[in-house]
Amino acid sequence: MINAVDISLTVNGERVQSCVDARKTLVDYLRDDLFLTGSHVGCEHGVCGACTVRVDGEIVRGCLMLAAQCDGTKVETIEGLSDSGEVADLQAAFEQRNALQCGFCTPSMLTAAQDLLKRAKKVPSRDEIREHLSGNYCRCTGYHAIVDAVEAVAQGRAKGR
Amino acid sequence: MKPAPFAYTRAKTVKEAITLLARHKDDARLLAGGQSLIATLNMRLSAPDLLIDINGIKNLSGIAKKGKYIEVGALARHAQVEHSDVIAKHAPLIALAMPHIGHPAIRNRGTFGGSIAFADPAAELPACLLALGGEIEIAGPRGKRKVKADAFFKGLFETALRPQEMITAVRIPAADKTTRIGFAELARRHGDYAIVGLAASARGNGKGLSDVRLAFFGVGDTPTRAKKAEAALAAGDVDAAVKALDLDPNDDVQATAKTKKHLAGVLLRRVAKQLMEARG
Repeated sequence: MINAVDISLTVNGERVQSCVDARKTLVDYLRDDLFLTGSHVGCEHGVCGACTVRVDGEIVRGCLMLAAQCDGTKVETIEGLSDSGEVADLQAAFEQRNALQCGFCTPSMLTAAQDLLKRAKKVPSRDEIREHLSGNYCRCTGYHAIVDAVEAVAQGRAKGR
Repeated sequence: MKPAPFAYTRAKTVKEAITLLARHKDDARLLAGGQSLIATLNMRLSAPDLLIDINGIKNLSGIAKKGKYIEVGALARHAQVEHSDVIAKHAPLIALAMPHIGHPAIRNRGTFGGSIAFADPAAELPACLLALGGEIEIAGPRGKRKVKADAFFKGLFETALRPQEMITAVRIPAADKTTRIGFAELARRHGDYAIVGLAASARGNGKGLSDVRLAFFGVGDTPTRAKKAEAALAAGDVDAAVKALDLDPNDDVQATAKTKKHLAGVLLRRVAKQLMEARG
């Protein structure tokens, strides 16, 4: 391999060390090297949002960050968020309300929705939900059911506080 | 698509980044937030031999009031600027524009300096800087220099930056009691590049306006001031300002020139209203 870069990072709580090609994007690294295929590759230029993952607690486009840039960071993917139960209520609401059809956008939709809900100090309005998810394309649902699901979870969590 | 092969290195200081740029000349590119650069690499619109990652350079992401100016470090992320109290208080036009830049995941990575250096003609920040009469601090092999926003944006993705230079900070005049600002844009999806947008600043003097600066974006190769419209608006005549709109947009993938010109007039009316309302 030419232009190899050594990286050491935490992925879903596990320490990982790799030697990556400089040109490999974060999402390709997660999928091809670590077999974490829940993050999807759509447009590969930052428009569709299917590759959304968390780096150091912030959501980012996995296609617009290089794996080489992730040295020393803490990366979380849908596999991590799912296993820890952090998005369990969102997953249940998505299923209940048919907020997914083909499922391609769903991992990133959940990650982006969780980003909004974990920061929100009050139940976000439907406009705020739409605004926060505006960077994530869904070509099946027409978004309405997704907004319903996220709103229901926001209300549920507010009651549980 | 996947990027063509390139080498990757991290610069720890501005000096190191400039030295690397000087050594590799046109074959190297600086990597800041990467939200435009990595997309163009993925599409193979750009294929440098070397990426110089400047994200690790310290003290380049501060936001602070310095005298009559607000200084924003080149590596300040959009999300950081969006949530900054200093920006909200002293640079309200920037605060107003921020939510229009990309989407949350983009704003978490994209940088203030990167947006200015890239100079996309449909981007918000170059137009804001032009509307505010800001200046750009540039470091190069021969030290630092400053360039006014009016002289910085030269052509399509072309700026006053020389090949071996980098932006280190951007300075914006701090708002005072007389400062009026306005911002509006039309995009197909919130967060996408604007079809047409307008960033504006002025001074409120009693009932009227002076020092009107209207910076349109998405209407040409660079953010563009509509100076005849500025003069008409300073004279208090919105209809005349719309009629006088001295813009010459081209057709693009989003809209025809005629549509853009019409939409620019729509935005001018909206923004004129914002400028004429006194700030609390």
